[in-house]
Amino acid sequence: MKSKTKFSALLLFLGPSLGVISLFFFIPVVAAFSLSFTDFDIYSLGSWEYLRFVGLKNYIDLINDPLFWTALKNTFYFVLLGGPLSVGVSLGTAMLLNSKYIKWKGLFRLVYFLPVVTTLVAVSIVWRYIYHPRFGLLNYVLSFVGVGPFDWLGDPNLAMPAIILMAVWKNFGYNMIIFIAGLQNIPEELYEAASIEGASGWQKFKSITIPMLAPTTLFISVITMIGYFQLFAEPYIMTQGGPLNSTLSIVYYMYQEGFRWWNIGYSTALAFMLFIIILIGTLIQFKVQKIDE
Amino acid sequence: MKKKFIAIITIISLIFISCSNENEDKIIINFWAMGVEGEYVSRLVSDFEKENPNVKVNVQQIPWTAAHEKLITAFASETLPDAFQLGNTWVPEFNSLSTIQPLDSLVNSSLIINKENYFSGIWDTNVLDSTIYGIPWYVDTRVLFYRKDIIKEAGYTEGPKTWDELYEMSKAIKKLPKYSKTFPFFIPTNEWLPFILFGVQNGADLLKDNSTYGNFSGKKFTVAYSYLMKFYKEGLAPTDLQQVLNLYQAFGEGYFTFYITGPWNVTEMKNRFPKELQNDWMTAPLPSPDSTYPGKSLAGGASLVLNKYSKNKKVAWKFIEFLSRPDVQLKFYNLVSSLPAVKSVWEDSTFTSNKYMSAFYTQLNNTVPTPKIPEWEQIVSSKIQQYAEQTARGKKGISKALKELDADVNKILEKRRWMLGKE
Repeated sequence: MKSKTKFSALLLFLGPSLGVISLFFFIPVVAAFSLSFTDFDIYSLGSWEYLRFVGLKNYIDLINDPLFWTALKNTFYFVLLGGPLSVGVSLGTAMLLNSKYIKWKGLFRLVYFLPVVTTLVAVSIVWRYIYHPRFGLLNYVLSFVGVGPFDWLGDPNLAMPAIILMAVWKNFGYNMIIFIAGLQNIPEELYEAASIEGASGWQKFKSITIPMLAPTTLFISVITMIGYFQLFAEPYIMTQGGPLNSTLSIVYYMYQEGFRWWNIGYSTALAFMLFIIILIGTLIQFKVQKIDE
Repeated sequence: MKKKFIAIITIISLIFISCSNENEDKIIINFWAMGVEGEYVSRLVSDFEKENPNVKVNVQQIPWTAAHEKLITAFASETLPDAFQLGNTWVPEFNSLSTIQPLDSLVNSSLIINKENYFSGIWDTNVLDSTIYGIPWYVDTRVLFYRKDIIKEAGYTEGPKTWDELYEMSKAIKKLPKYSKTFPFFIPTNEWLPFILFGVQNGADLLKDNSTYGNFSGKKFTVAYSYLMKFYKEGLAPTDLQQVLNLYQAFGEGYFTFYITGPWNVTEMKNRFPKELQNDWMTAPLPSPDSTYPGKSLAGGASLVLNKYSKNKKVAWKFIEFLSRPDVQLKFYNLVSSLPAVKSVWEDSTFTSNKYMSAFYTQLNNTVPTPKIPEWEQIVSSKIQQYAEQTARGKKGISKALKELDADVNKILEKRRWMLGKE
């Protein structure tokens, strides 16, 4: 009797959210997974007769698709360079803003956080002008140092770094706030004790700040990595994947295949590849963190 | 308090009753249109409703960027409107979904719509297997925009009439010290259009075997492709698009002299091109690979189609007929400057007095449709563009690029081959 009431109570509390999650998450995921084994496209949308079960063909095609590898390479480039850079910059600014000697902390926090809450589309359009080879602000500033002019978004070698720079600027504020919270949780006594022992600033940073921030850093790295793997809006607006596909990301490629050409089967296969990659990335980070501990 | 409440309820229900009464004997048709056309067509609707007091037209405007997705979604959920606008290259795709109505019998009995009234190349884009599926609403084609003053400085009085002339003029302009750092012919590498355009000008069959295989490595397309690549190679066309972020500014500066573009830029030029140079630009029909001037251009524009499953086909067709009437077409041009599909409208002084328009009229009589298969959009937008950019930047040789292009196109057309084999 007792267990029965417990179950109905469980159903009452969890039921609605489980229902919503199943309807809008589990069922679509399962449906997408099954679609990735078919050649679902615009013809199939017209008539089910034109749907073929193709087994692993989409996945095999994907592995043989040079554009997939280009997209993968670009995405990794973005994640491996942009991710650590973003975490580093946000940690740096967080430490600066947490310092006792800084005035108007609130103002700085606000200023650094502003890009995060600004619409990405608007930001990308403005940055396109900043990067303009002839009239752009960046090249104008660089001309004082006698460097350039560079064709930031038009040169296949510079386009990705330019996008990374913008993405880091856009995102570091969010991580910075989390880092500040983490820093404030470190007891002041630890630093005082270290100072009494005669530790230098660097030693304090290495032996107190870093280990105490480990859980925060793990959280931030995982979130940043997952977010960066889903690079889409920046290339979509600024470069359309070009020049020479140098900024084509996995998600952008998936969008093109799925919503522009309606190769839904192929594009779902691409989505699951991305899922596996992110899963592996996350597992590696957890492992690394465990070893450190 | 209670009295007040009852009064409000009564008023509200009265409003509802009166509304439903008004609509009860009215036939409502839904019409979807895109972009600016969608914005302004509602101004024409009131005239139609005046002529047909028992009909009400609901217009919904869809932005062009979301139009394709929205129509497909509406198709999947069976909520397509009674009549809608389609870009004429989309007609084959929506026909393959078997969602648009064949219009032959309606056209045959129509007093307003008649094949002879339309530009034949444009009309043809709506014909699939000799059945007509859409009525041209407005038309669009590309012509040459050029700077009169710059070609004059280079020693020419008229725009280029042949491919050779275009090339010679570009070289002559680049030789002038003033323009040595400019790129006379602007061929954007992120547009497939010029490559297809020059291909069909040269008479290339872009696809072969009932449009089931690519034919880009064929001789005629290769010649056209090589011709355009020559411009990039010799610095006569820019490979970098970021330089031309503002088209009108760049054209005004003389950063380029020739540019192939569409009718919307006539209006844009008037508004955004530098004022002191307004007399220095002109439009002309496209040059041709041989001596038969003018060369061909692509047949673009938008068509009006009927939903096969609409319950009000008759009334919706009446609305399409209304939009195709010469007086309405002229009114529509004055609202949005989309070029009228009905030829007789072009005789109006609005067009005869506009010096930029005669090039369009000539060009519209010299158009060809692109292959009419649903995959076409993907072939041109993803593949042609990709290989053209690689060749333009010198990363891939011409014959190698075209062979790989054919292989990619054949892969896209695999499903089509399977479906045709099945039938």
